[in-house]
Amino acid sequence: MAEFFHTTCHLPAPLAYLLAAIIACVLIIHVVAVGALIFIWLERKVSGRIQDRLGPTRVGGAFGWLQTLADGIKLIAKEDITPKDADAMLFKLAPYVGFAASYCAYIALPFSDGWVAQHMNTAVFFILAVLGIEVFSPILAGYSSGSKWSLFGAMREAAQVVSYEVPLGMCVVVPCMICGTLNLVTIGNMQAGSFTNWLAFNDPFTFIIACVYFTCATASVNRAPFDLAEAESELVAGFHTEYSGLRWSFFFMAEYGSMFLVSGLAAILFFGGWHGPIPIAEPIAGVLVVVVEPLVNIGRYLLGFIARDIGKVTDGAVAIQIANLMGCLNFLLKGTIGVTVMMWVRWTLPRLRIDQVMTTCLKYCVPIAAFGFVGALFWQVFEVPTLNDLPSPIGINRSVAHESWVVEADREREIRAQAVTPSPADLPGESVGSFDSAAVDSLVMKGGAR
Amino acid sequence: MLLAAFDWHALFFTFFALLTCGFAVAVLFSNNIVHMAFYLILSLGASAGLFFLAGAEFVGAMQLMIYVGGTLVLLIFGVMLTAQSRFISMETRSGEWVMAIIVGGSLLFLLATAALRVEDWRSGHPNPAKVGLAESKTTTQIGMGFTGVRVDKLDPDVVGSPLVPGMSGYLLPFVIVSVHLLVVLVGAAYMARTKRRATSTGAAA
Repeated sequence: MAEFFHTTCHLPAPLAYLLAAIIACVLIIHVVAVGALIFIWLERKVSGRIQDRLGPTRVGGAFGWLQTLADGIKLIAKEDITPKDADAMLFKLAPYVGFAASYCAYIALPFSDGWVAQHMNTAVFFILAVLGIEVFSPILAGYSSGSKWSLFGAMREAAQVVSYEVPLGMCVVVPCMICGTLNLVTIGNMQAGSFTNWLAFNDPFTFIIACVYFTCATASVNRAPFDLAEAESELVAGFHTEYSGLRWSFFFMAEYGSMFLVSGLAAILFFGGWHGPIPIAEPIAGVLVVVVEPLVNIGRYLLGFIARDIGKVTDGAVAIQIANLMGCLNFLLKGTIGVTVMMWVRWTLPRLRIDQVMTTCLKYCVPIAAFGFVGALFWQVFEVPTLNDLPSPIGINRSVAHESWVVEADREREIRAQAVTPSPADLPGESVGSFDSAAVDSLVMKGGAR
Repeated sequence: MLLAAFDWHALFFTFFALLTCGFAVAVLFSNNIVHMAFYLILSLGASAGLFFLAGAEFVGAMQLMIYVGGTLVLLIFGVMLTAQSRFISMETRSGEWVMAIIVGGSLLFLLATAALRVEDWRSGHPNPAKVGLAESKTTTQIGMGFTGVRVDKLDPDVVGSPLVPGMSGYLLPFVIVSVHLLVVLVGAAYMARTKRRATSTGAAA
């Protein structure tokens, strides 16, 4: 985006970067805040339907869709209380820590091909690291509240999150291994084509891993049946017992934000990211670009005053962006489905005890994740055929993609060698391309050049 | 133009460096152990920001994962320890101040002299010839290094294996360290278990 502002609109580079950063920040904060509004409303409707009720029906007309907004106004109007025994500074800061971590993780989450605030080579790793910070918020809140219920909730949360990070990390490694990269945009793009290319359907082990991932993700964002930290039946409300008003609502914005985040991560890692089950986006975008042509021309005319080179934006580029927009909708839909599944689980299963939570993690999730990891590893090493190997006119074949990286690396090596020594023919190293060297190169590239 | 002339990188570097140092000083001057852990987290997080600013995303994420995550465990211990009143407010005696200043000062001196000995780091401006493209840096080299292939030490002129003898990676040390860590973990779990079993049999007896 910064490049667009710089080259097409002729803004100076710092201003272009600043503008791009502001746009990305505002969009992400809308995903977190508006997302929380919608998901809280959705949770009420879903729980109502599951319990054979209607859920909210009055505020805002038909489906009570303004209910959360009304609640928000109530929360803003509430008094902000700090208990007498509380550690005032930490008590006031704790909600913001969780919200900031949840928000920061979105920086690396792509919403469509290239639609990401900061394109990172190690996006998966970054998201996991930042999600790990989120647990500080309940711990600090629990400690600083000066209440035993809060402290119990915080300690449970700490034990739970630290242990669930182990199987979660193991599950996330598998898609990275199959795609040979930690870059989420590349992982998403390697699942283009029909749904048979999705990594969850790569082999039986990855399907198991996808299920384990979703379980661990539910636990790591502290949702029922793993919401021990705020078990109402035992701990009043756990770590947020003493909170009220807007600070309390920040905990929930962080919770719903990270729910969508882990669902979105699941969508990218296992369920095709922004690619639909049937690859129809590009043909539709090709048709749409003709339909919206007048609109685009009007836009060109209007923007022409501020951006002289807007006319250079081709129809192809517009079509790509339309396809990306559809991909973004696809991704949001997949993330919302993930969140809905979490709600469905929450209102269906009873809450586990703390020992059951630990047993689920250490005796089931970790061994199953390890088994799936080894299985998927052998599937890759012995090159057992997958659905992805089917000859298909659409989408990409992952082994071909790996192959192209190797070819590209060879080309890069040649260019570099020529740059260092102008006459490579004099070298005795025509045998550089011998078997070992090529093998090493292919290893290098499979390690994740992208 | 004023915006273009301004050195944004230096501005952000100063910002994050001030945050890092400021919170590190706050660790020193607070008495509550949980406050200390919280400031330490902020300080380490800000230094992760410095890594991100330098384009070293992997190292930055590693900093967040290992150091900030490790401080989490410290914080939990802090919370558990503060049940005892002598840890709630820790007063530093003057003797401890002197010792800490000697140890910390000598370390600072050592690191500062070592850093200033590097020719390129003396001037405030980077040498454009030595600054690589951020795009070209990937984690491939690190991963390959761990698995035993030092990509930076490959010798393409050698016919056959391009690996330089003795330079072919960190696979063995890496495996030894990880096995060692695993042994420590298993040992810790075992010791915790035996202790509990001993008390329970003692109670039964």
